[in-house]
Amino acid sequence: MSFALRITAGVATVAVAAVLLFQTERPPMDSIQRGFRGTGMEEIYNPRLLAKQVAANQVPATLPFLGDAGPKAGTIYKNVKVLNDVSVGEFTRLMASVTTWVAPTQGCAYCHDTNDMASDALYTKVVSRRMFQMVRHINGDWKTHVAATGVTCYTCHRGQPVPPNVWFNDPGQTQAGGFAQIPAGKNHPAAAAGATALPFDPYTPFLEQNHDIRVVSQTALPTGDRTSIKQTEWTYALMMNFSQALGVNCTYCHSTRSFTDWDQSSPQRATAWYGIRMVRDLNTNFLDPLHSTFPKARLGAEGDSPKVDCATCHNGVYKPLFGVATAKDFPELTAAAP
Amino acid sequence: MVDLVAQSSDLGALIRDRGYVMAEYQNIFTRVQVRGPVHMGPALPRGSWARSGKPFYSRFLGLIGDAQVGPIYLGTTGMASLICGFIAIEIIGLNMWASVNWSPIQFIRQLPWLALEPPPPAYGLHIPPLAQGGWWLMAGFFLTTSILLWWVRMYRRAVALGLGTHTAWAFASAIWLYLVLGFIRPLLMGSWAEAVPFGIFPHLDWTAAFSIRYGNLFYNPFHMLSIVFLYGSAVLFAMHGATILAVSRFGGEREVEQITDRGTAAERAALFWRWTMGFNATFESWHRWGWWFAVLCPLVGGIGILLTGTVVDNWYLWGVKHGIAPSYPMVFPHVADPATLSAGGIVK
Repeated sequence: MSFALRITAGVATVAVAAVLLFQTERPPMDSIQRGFRGTGMEEIYNPRLLAKQVAANQVPATLPFLGDAGPKAGTIYKNVKVLNDVSVGEFTRLMASVTTWVAPTQGCAYCHDTNDMASDALYTKVVSRRMFQMVRHINGDWKTHVAATGVTCYTCHRGQPVPPNVWFNDPGQTQAGGFAQIPAGKNHPAAAAGATALPFDPYTPFLEQNHDIRVVSQTALPTGDRTSIKQTEWTYALMMNFSQALGVNCTYCHSTRSFTDWDQSSPQRATAWYGIRMVRDLNTNFLDPLHSTFPKARLGAEGDSPKVDCATCHNGVYKPLFGVATAKDFPELTAAAP
Repeated sequence: MVDLVAQSSDLGALIRDRGYVMAEYQNIFTRVQVRGPVHMGPALPRGSWARSGKPFYSRFLGLIGDAQVGPIYLGTTGMASLICGFIAIEIIGLNMWASVNWSPIQFIRQLPWLALEPPPPAYGLHIPPLAQGGWWLMAGFFLTTSILLWWVRMYRRAVALGLGTHTAWAFASAIWLYLVLGFIRPLLMGSWAEAVPFGIFPHLDWTAAFSIRYGNLFYNPFHMLSIVFLYGSAVLFAMHGATILAVSRFGGEREVEQITDRGTAAERAALFWRWTMGFNATFESWHRWGWWFAVLCPLVGGIGILLTGTVVDNWYLWGVKHGIAPSYPMVFPHVADPATLSAGGIVK
């Protein structure tokens, strides 16, 4: 074998090995059939990654619920505005739990002035009051999405003051401007859309604003639907985001024969439909208005609040915390339906 | 003078020992490199440019092709094509570079993601400002001009050598698909925005989005045919390469001669396939099979793209209407579109 040939073979071997080692997950995978055979409606799981994911999505131990009897927090403590109907015992249990869920290393002082627990001096206390209202609103009014499973602070926060998955309006990286083409909101590595070149901020138009997600024509022949391919790319980016937020394939909700057809979709698609409306509601009514409460360091590049998307609760799992019903242990976190 | 660089003595020894050459072509790389005085090719007709570049031999290139490199004929159309192509690549590349604020490192890191984007839909077929798709139109013009000039060059080179023009017409088939995607279909749709961005990943994302928007391109019969010819070409190519290499020990590489003057190579190749599948192509018909499969792939693909959005708006629904798409038993409980369940769609 000639020298040139040896060098070529060597380089090729290293390149192939690098691709195999770093770009792929080793088999075997688990596949779960969900739809009718032959339609490809199946979920693919890597059992090794799944094991790690299960370990990372455990619900922390809950202090026992001792009933909600006794004097109410609103009558004993000052400046209690949301949880005033909760008994002092349960109120204390909740406060201790919240510390574990949100600020385990920082403790009570993360939100409270320890000299005057009733003071609203710290912004974190004002934000968390609003967050209690938000959790009640989710558990009480959005049963179409969270059902009886519900959420607690831990569903998103995971023991951190800022949940691991939040998003900000993303204007994209700085471009040269001048005569060059103006930013298109895409054609850069999009972490929010599976590392594609699709729009890198599918959140703002769909999960904060109310733009139409549906792009597929509803008639076999043209009848004046002018939806563009560019618009389709935005929807595509959003769907990629859902897929990575829930750790599922397209086929978890859709039949790829016809993405738009509800008759061939799984029931999860309707759940997701409500989830999109819920997230819009939370972002516009709870998180956006807090932008004047947050200090600058907590805001995004555009001065906007941190906001929620599917991944904020789901954290890469098809049901947050693998579907463990957490809200039932804290009845005060569910508002009575209006 | 012909010198067989690759172990000519081995070859001689094999023939001496066994009386025939065995396993000579069962290699990944070409083993025989024919070398003589480099030649400049036959005389050119009047009015042609001179061929440029002093030819030389490359042992490495000889492993995968002819060891002689050059001369090259540029000519008027070739030079014009290269200049137009250079302008197009410059427009595309500089706009990509501007999109990472002239950072050389980011340009290299993000290159597969970067693109020059067609105008927004609002401009229709009007000429947009440079920054809003004007560059895209300009790059498209120069790239198209470059490709068409290269086609003319290819046609004229074939004629100058006294060849048939089969290669030029096969290339024209690929140009057809390119023109449908970037020019003809956008014209029919009345919007430059329908065209493909210039970019490595972006044009692939565009392709997937195109299929989604128009209800699944897999139900487009011309897309189906295009896939048949694409995969079919690969199969035919593998069958052909394997067959010729397999009979080359009997002189089978002299394919064109054996069209009319069948030797034992052609007979054995034919017999092999006739035994294998009952039918065989001839040394002539085989090349027509290959040419047509390759040409039909982009040809029918272009027809499929051209019909999308202009004649058919949702290929799945079209497939249902014409009995192509079967219905499957319902597995999930009925799912109603929540948007249809209440006024405004907001159900808490």
